[in-house]
Amino acid sequence: MALMAGTIHVVEYNALVFRRIWRGSIAVSFFTPLFFLAAMGIGLGSLVNRSSGGVNGVPYLDFLAPGLIAAACMQTGAVEATYPILAKIMWDKTYEAVLATPVTIADLLRGEVVWNTIRMCIVATMFWVVMFLFGVGHSLEALLAIPASILTGLAFATPIMAFTATRRNDSGFAAINRFIIIPLYLLGGTFFPIAKLPLALQAVAWATPLAHGVALTRGVVLGNLTSTEAVMHVLVPLAYFVAGLLIARALLLKRLAK
Amino acid sequence: MSVLTHRRTSLRVPTRSMHMVERNVMAYRHNWIVIVSGFFEPVLYLLGIGFGLGSLVPAVSTGGHTVSYAVFVAPALMATSAMNGAVYESTSNFFYKLRYAKTFEAVIQTPVGVEDAAMGEVIWAVIRGCLYSIGFVVIMQALGLIASPWGSVLSVLAALLIGFAFAALGTAITTFMRQWQDHEIVTLALQPMFLFSATFFPISVYPPVLQAFVEVTPLYRSIHLIRGLTTGQIDAGLLVDVLYLVLLGLVGLAVASLRLRRRLLK
Repeated sequence: MALMAGTIHVVEYNALVFRRIWRGSIAVSFFTPLFFLAAMGIGLGSLVNRSSGGVNGVPYLDFLAPGLIAAACMQTGAVEATYPILAKIMWDKTYEAVLATPVTIADLLRGEVVWNTIRMCIVATMFWVVMFLFGVGHSLEALLAIPASILTGLAFATPIMAFTATRRNDSGFAAINRFIIIPLYLLGGTFFPIAKLPLALQAVAWATPLAHGVALTRGVVLGNLTSTEAVMHVLVPLAYFVAGLLIARALLLKRLAK
Repeated sequence: MSVLTHRRTSLRVPTRSMHMVERNVMAYRHNWIVIVSGFFEPVLYLLGIGFGLGSLVPAVSTGGHTVSYAVFVAPALMATSAMNGAVYESTSNFFYKLRYAKTFEAVIQTPVGVEDAAMGEVIWAVIRGCLYSIGFVVIMQALGLIASPWGSVLSVLAALLIGFAFAALGTAITTFMRQWQDHEIVTLALQPMFLFSATFFPISVYPPVLQAFVEVTPLYRSIHLIRGLTTGQIDAGLLVDVLYLVLLGLVGLAVASLRLRRRLLK
């Protein structure tokens, strides 16, 4: 258990800070899916269903809702891996204080990844509940949407933490959001099938973890995933997560070890 | 000291705002990439929602006309981006200057007054929004989403007015904020406006009571104005939109100036 003790301390630190700000954060995590599913799923969905009879054989709401859960975890995982981490490396120098204790750099990284997972779990669970209230995903397997979307978010969290470990200021974060997160959110299979994109962009989309994460989450909710598809949609995000973790570990060691 | 202790009770017409604008231009000189990259976001929305999602929604009826989904959604995205730019600049950036950088405490030691500073911040937010609007209109024109060249020119002017109204409103609201978490309230107000103001679908899908409610919100009026201009459906209703936004902007500016005076001249 000694291995986990340091990790748990890092998670506990984050939870203590979160205790003071959770109200606004929880409100946003609840109202965002409520507004999005009402407006895009039902309002816009009524136009989509009327003119093309839904998407891939299901009503637009059923198509959209699981994709949005995966995309929400991508956004949470990405944001949590930027400003809060750089603040603790540079601005508040929290890690300098932490590393003066028996907690190691590896503990730090594990603790931050676990904390990010907890944040995504809150977001995904709230979203799942709202989706359930809208009448989508009424099956036991649909609960798998929560781990599937967390996996999607983790595939972004660790590579972005690796990037953060190299930063001296926050100007790169706006670029990550504008040139990676927002384009993927809008074009990566959440709002319309990737097959509607030009061929070259389809290839790019399938190389990213979001497309696989969305397909996985959607597949478990709609219950129409083949086992080959399931394996591929798990392996691609998992590969991003593991590679990101290893690189982040090496870069944090370089930055923080004295 | 005498200047500070002598508190005026009525607002002065701001005449030295451009000094505040110049300060912001100088401050951004080395960070211009942040401003330029803000242009991509609405364009991505146009491609993703207008054309990607639009491929699932062949045609929409608006004001008695039937138009393609991209024609329908593009003016709404333009109005939303004018709103977002103005609100972001006048809330997050303005809050940072007010609370942490203490920029205004330095500014009012000079002949530039509180009214000049408030107006200058609003003008700066409007200029920034204007750059994005021009870029967006050029793309819309190139993709054939605007009915006439007049529509392009007038819609840029309309976007300026929208930027002014929301920048004034945002500045006024920010003077009431105490901590960063208060910004989540802004997010919670902006998001439903963004989603329900006839942005992605006509409000005719709502029951009449809800339609009437949406029609008095500022983003709905903004989208109605720009959509009228870009689709060429010009009528007296557009004047209501203009009056509404002018009034909103002036009230916001007055509240912002009064609150700033109370906060800074103590």
